Amino acid sequence: MTLLKRIAPQLVALALLVALVTVFYPDFLKIGISGDRLVGPMIDVLKRGAPVALLAVGMTLVIATRGIDLSVGTTMAICGAVAAWAVAGGWGLVPALLLALAAGALAGLWNGLLVAVVGIQPFVATLILMTMGRGIAQLITEGRILTFTDAGFAFFGSGSLLGLPVPAWLWLACGLGMAALMRRTALGLLVESIGINRRASALAGVNATVLLIAVYVVSGLCAALAGIVVTADIRGADANNAGLWLELDAILAVVIGGNSLLGGRFSIIASLLGALIIQTIDTGILLAGFPSEYNLVIKAGLVLVILVLQSPRIAAEWRLWRDSHRASREAALQRGAAK
Amino acid sequence: MNTRALPLYATAVIFLLAYLLCWLQFPNILSTRVIGNLLTDNAYLGIVAVGMTLVILSGGIDLSVGSVIAFSGVFIAVILRETSLHPLVVFALLLALTTAFGAAMGFLIDRLAMPAFIVTLAGMFLARGTAYMLSIDSVPIAHPFYKTLQSAYWLMPGKGRLTLIGVVMLLTVLAGMVVAHKTRFGASVYALGGGEATARLMGVRQGRTTMLVYAFSGLMAGLSGIVFSIYTGSGYSLATVGTELTAIAAVVIGGTLLTGGAGYMFGTLVGVLTMGLIQTYIVFDGTLSSWWTKIVIGVLLLVFILLQKGLLKLSQSRLA
Repeated sequence: MTLLKRIAPQLVALALLVALVTVFYPDFLKIGISGDRLVGPMIDVLKRGAPVALLAVGMTLVIATRGIDLSVGTTMAICGAVAAWAVAGGWGLVPALLLALAAGALAGLWNGLLVAVVGIQPFVATLILMTMGRGIAQLITEGRILTFTDAGFAFFGSGSLLGLPVPAWLWLACGLGMAALMRRTALGLLVESIGINRRASALAGVNATVLLIAVYVVSGLCAALAGIVVTADIRGADANNAGLWLELDAILAVVIGGNSLLGGRFSIIASLLGALIIQTIDTGILLAGFPSEYNLVIKAGLVLVILVLQSPRIAAEWRLWRDSHRASREAALQRGAAK
Repeated sequence: MNTRALPLYATAVIFLLAYLLCWLQFPNILSTRVIGNLLTDNAYLGIVAVGMTLVILSGGIDLSVGSVIAFSGVFIAVILRETSLHPLVVFALLLALTTAFGAAMGFLIDRLAMPAFIVTLAGMFLARGTAYMLSIDSVPIAHPFYKTLQSAYWLMPGKGRLTLIGVVMLLTVLAGMVVAHKTRFGASVYALGGGEATARLMGVRQGRTTMLVYAFSGLMAGLSGIVFSIYTGSGYSLATVGTELTAIAAVVIGGTLLTGGAGYMFGTLVGVLTMGLIQTYIVFDGTLSSWWTKIVIGVLLLVFILLQKGLLKLSQSRLA
């Protein structure tokens, strides 16, 4: 029930958006069956939203610790390049996937060490990998687009399972699994405590350093999954464009999910809804026949509205206004009773 | 010795050392031609980095500048194509527009008490989106005045060309140094970056200063957009994607603390030139691939941040 109350604004926003798109494009909600898979614009949103949704899972945790991870887009490119390189080199599917995940974990470990041990601001610490990452990915692909024909690997991008696309299953499993892990154990609470006050939580016995590193590793792993999805989808590793600027969309998804950039309380489910909202806007603008150049302006307007709604200062002023309003009403009632 | 200036000295020494190494391998790199090109090619980056330095000194960040540069180019190109206004009038219009845009972002950051990161991210989307709406295609600028601007240069000894936009960049850095180090506004910016609560107690007008800082950054981004449009002779809405991060990297390599409150405007110029030098070296070498640029810049970033971290610890242990 509390969860429902927490994600209500995101659900309402998503429902409104879907309704709006349906007005312009009546077939938006139509879901058909082609062969053994479901097809339709909504299914497409679930599939195309996968990279940002996957990134948003890790990003939510990082932001909950008052950090930020700018490197996830380039980590995607690195992991995609590693996976494609391994598959094209005949290593087999499982080793390739494990190598890609290991590369993501390594990237996360690097970020985590810089943030938690060396003590560099998360923004700068992850900016380093963001700058270097595409260079590293190009080093792996030697500047070319590495293509492969492995059907097993392509399954992660364009296959389907029980009717739904595999990328959709991936982000659903990853997001719900992580949410359960955080909320069914004390981990979520500990992560929040680091975000609110790292020193105090360390003094209270939370192993803040290890937990911080772990959070960045999780973000790296999520980026690796996202990298695998986009690489498998186009059956090739594009070091220049894979995951380009997706870190910003992921951060946006987290913010639309109502999570504060100042750390503390978080909801992974709300971030996933945020990712869906972003993808619905992207897909909806295309389907509704608007030129795609309106996309960014609409996004900007949306962010602005959400910012105003979330602003601590506006919230404080609203409470002040409400309290004074209530007080004056009660005073009026009392005067009425006294008469 | 002032420990605060150490990162600046370190940056300058590393730049000179790197130049020396390049010179030992390619003696031609120490010619006015190369230096002239270094200034011309990095003019737009240097100008936008000046604005970014001030923003970072105040403890903020401005992610919108790359998009604003692209918007500026498209705006100039489209207005020149559609109307018969003189480019100088268009420049004035544009600078007023981008300054107001920056001021609006500063106002929101202060009024909403939201992180600058996310407000300027929205600004980045808005500026890029507006550029798309003006034109998706690259729009050439054919005004004769642009030809004059593009061919304006001073022939240095050794046949190097000190172009107009290179001079504009150097003058901007000079102006930035004056604003940051010699004015009351600059002192307020440093105070704000050092600590908001302290700054307020010292009597710094936080809201006004924040607004002016982002307005300054918007002005610089607009100027940079003008310079970029002269450099490329066109306006393209997909240009300068990610320039904000390059500018931030240049500021950090230049020895400015990303937490705000400490750094020098001059360091940013050295940071920009260092990054330009790496690219020039790769062009001279001819066998290295361009992706090494990114890796080397990343390594440089790491080195400078670690250096700053060490120096900070050193100065703190001395105080204790």
